[in-house]
Amino acid sequence: MSNPTQTPGKVTAGRRTAALGRFWAQFRRQRAGLVGLGVLAAFVVLALAAPLLFDSDQLKVTAATGTPLTGPSAHYWLGTDESGRSVLALVVWGARVSLLVGLSATVISVAIGTLVGIASGHFRGVAGALLERVTDWFLVIPFLPLAIALASVLGSSLLNVVIVIGVTSWPGTARLVRAQTLSVEARPYLERARVLGGGHWHQMSRHVLPNVMPLVLANTTLTVAIAILSETTLSFLGLGDPFRVSWGTMLDSAFSNGAISSGAWWYLMPPGLAVVVVVLAFTLVGRALENVLDPQGR
Amino acid sequence: MAVLTLEDVSVTYRTAEGPVPAVRGVTIQVDAGTSLGVAGESGSGKSTLAATVLRLTPASAKVTGRVLLDDEDVLAMSFGRLRAVRWATAAIVFQGALHSLNPLQRVGRQIAEPVSLHDCTVSRGDLDARVHRLLGQVGLPGRLASSYPHELSGGQKQRVMIAMALACSPRLIIADEPTTALDVMVQAQVLDLLTGLVAELGLGLVVISHDLSVLASTCDRLAVMYAGRVVEEGPSGDVLDRARHPYTRALSAAFPTIGDPSARFAPRGLPGDPPWPGDLPPGCPFHLRCAEAVAACRQDDVRLRVAAPDHLAACVHVGRPSVATEAGAP
Amino acid sequence: MSSRPGRSGLSSYAGRRIATGSGTICFVLVFNFMLFRLLPGDPISLYTRGRNMDRSQLRALRHELNLPLGTQFLHYVRNPFSSTIDSIQFSRPVWSVIGDSVWPTLVLLSTSTVLSAVIGIAIGIKGGWKRGSTFDRVSTGITLTLYAMPEFWLGMVLLILFSTGLGFFPGIFPSGGTITPGLDPWSLDGVLDQAWHLALPAATLTLAYLAEYSLVMRSSLVDELSQDYLTTARAKGLMDRFVRRRHAVPNALLPTITLVFLNIGFVVSGAITVETVFSWPGLGLLSYQAIRGPDIPLLQAIFLLFSLSVVVFNVLADVVVATVDPRVRT
Repeated sequence: MSNPTQTPGKVTAGRRTAALGRFWAQFRRQRAGLVGLGVLAAFVVLALAAPLLFDSDQLKVTAATGTPLTGPSAHYWLGTDESGRSVLALVVWGARVSLLVGLSATVISVAIGTLVGIASGHFRGVAGALLERVTDWFLVIPFLPLAIALASVLGSSLLNVVIVIGVTSWPGTARLVRAQTLSVEARPYLERARVLGGGHWHQMSRHVLPNVMPLVLANTTLTVAIAILSETTLSFLGLGDPFRVSWGTMLDSAFSNGAISSGAWWYLMPPGLAVVVVVLAFTLVGRALENVLDPQGR
Repeated sequence: MAVLTLEDVSVTYRTAEGPVPAVRGVTIQVDAGTSLGVAGESGSGKSTLAATVLRLTPASAKVTGRVLLDDEDVLAMSFGRLRAVRWATAAIVFQGALHSLNPLQRVGRQIAEPVSLHDCTVSRGDLDARVHRLLGQVGLPGRLASSYPHELSGGQKQRVMIAMALACSPRLIIADEPTTALDVMVQAQVLDLLTGLVAELGLGLVVISHDLSVLASTCDRLAVMYAGRVVEEGPSGDVLDRARHPYTRALSAAFPTIGDPSARFAPRGLPGDPPWPGDLPPGCPFHLRCAEAVAACRQDDVRLRVAAPDHLAACVHVGRPSVATEAGAP
Repeated sequence: MSSRPGRSGLSSYAGRRIATGSGTICFVLVFNFMLFRLLPGDPISLYTRGRNMDRSQLRALRHELNLPLGTQFLHYVRNPFSSTIDSIQFSRPVWSVIGDSVWPTLVLLSTSTVLSAVIGIAIGIKGGWKRGSTFDRVSTGITLTLYAMPEFWLGMVLLILFSTGLGFFPGIFPSGGTITPGLDPWSLDGVLDQAWHLALPAATLTLAYLAEYSLVMRSSLVDELSQDYLTTARAKGLMDRFVRRRHAVPNALLPTITLVFLNIGFVVSGAITVETVFSWPGLGLLSYQAIRGPDIPLLQAIFLLFSLSVVVFNVLADVVVATVDPRVRT
């Protein structure tokens, strides 16, 4: 029954496409997840289109033309900040930083977490046990104090914020991946791979990784949500990049410039609401993914 | 004197894919001091049938017919009456080796729970004494009352389930797969215990199992279920040795006779799978796997017919339709 | 009942956990020490960061930092809580500064943790028991939204609505601090005034944290719903309400309890930002001031304190679970 045009590569590719199609069909049925996905797409488009919608000059404090801390008007739909800049422009431009930091920090965190997780689950003996201990220890250290400590020593810049968040949030992923690795490794075909001479690298990359990826994917969306919240918090505390506008820095400015006591709700609400909406969207997508991948009745 | 009577009981589950009939028109009777074995593969509806006796089917299930416990229809009872009847008139012995016991509570407390529930005047001391006595009845030492479920072996847990079922002195006990997941020696002990209790206490006993050998040794009467229906019924000796339905014949042939060399070569086993209840074939539900199927089997559904006095089988090759089922519902 | 075999299991388990916890504490000490010394930059400038320290302090600091790392570590470990290190901002020993700020944080965190755990668990139970009901859908929606909120933003919103007043929202709550200056904190007026000041910050943290507790409780209760021992409980004649309370909830509560304790790390983080927003003079506000300084010695000490409390609470979490769940102790 061997068809000369069917190479092993083509067969696997065909199966993978079919599996993807099934996955998408199931995901489509999760309404909340679809809503979340739509919202995220909208925000990404908005962030990318920022320069088209609002000229970057609008971010310059010196070029601001509006009256400081005034409410919404026909010209400034969301009012102005303490320097007279349009709050709407700031929110749209701020989306870029918040999303970028959230996503890149997650990439680092998931990469480290997956690597450590697979390694600690795969290697028995001292190496695996040590990695597991380190993961547990890092889990114990409370996130914000650690992030503050690192950030205050490294200095406030965009890159440092990304590093700080990435470095402090990998243990969560690592622990999840480790548990999944252990369950995958117990399966018979892994034993077969070993007997057939598959080395460590081969086993981990060809067998463990593809089985771990779906879970990592669901976990990643939730990690992005937390990363965005973390960036907002760090920026609010003054540890973000002072030269960039993000939703967190907007909240910091609002707070420091008395938006609360002067009732400047138009400055306070939009950046916070944006964070809530984006984080909620990621959470909904993450939950939908979990439902599809582990359908044991929610 | 019938302790349990099921009259034309049907159970249909409402699912996203449409209604699924798990039990279709079952009529059986259990007398005090006797035991009935209900045999069948998974999906035959036997566990669902057991659940109807105490109205434990999920909310998505529609139950029709009459379930008479001591001549009272369980399906028509109010909730208050139902709760009083549960355990006190009939009790179920679930598969104890799995998670039928609360892992956080000591075993003695779980055995005592139905007692204090049905009679709140019982004192603490009396409860303890009762629990010890029940454990003794099932052959367990009284000190096990302070153990947690995870500290007990599979056989011990099954006996605890039996002790628990006896707690309120019921008139009927239903044992759902009491020996699955137990090793053979322990199986024998549990079965002996059950038959002993029936004789000693005059209980009615229903044993549900997919394992015919278990039922053969324990029960007076046997009912074989297939695709939600009873397809053969009668005294267990008759049903096993002189099976009239092809399915029962296949089932009993599947068990080897130890010590008989020719039995090793006899053809055994049954090809195919039982039908999915939501997708039943037309005509007799068994005809697709039956070696004796004829044209009529594909078209006409068959109900229970009289094969011999007190021996019914639902096969077109068997005698005349029994009077009861001919006049009965579709 | 006879002697309880679980007790000795519990104390040996607790002992083991404390031993592991001590190991983690050692790690925390080492980590804390390394963190501030091995990072890039001249350590002196790190400690002084553009502030003027007097010559003798500078000399002592330089001397200390020039010692071999091992010796420095020994000095550190001998008394990590030594009072010789001065906070740069306050020119007082670091730990005395911290000592002044502990009480307000304790008051705020304990009130919020208790309230959020109780309310969150109650909502989770109700939603999980009746999945898909209106209450469940609405509460899940609200809790998911609360979960997505930065807690300090929620605080700011509550402030602008209920302190400054906006539209028809009354501005009746104070905008910060623990007490109106001049009032005796122990007088009746003083206590009421403090409660009035505590209201908004406690409400913020409670709302922020009940979301997670509610979601976890709901999902673990839903997991329990499919367990067999609940069917056993119902079959015994137990009312639905008691099946939930006596059997389902205690089992479902286990992962939630663990979470409440493990969450202390995040509760701590929330305190930092919320205290800043409400000018609540606790450890959180102190951290904020230390960041703005920057006051490295103070930050180092606060970091140590937070990490140690989290370790302690993690050990407590395991011990509490072991008290409730007998399976863990073996």
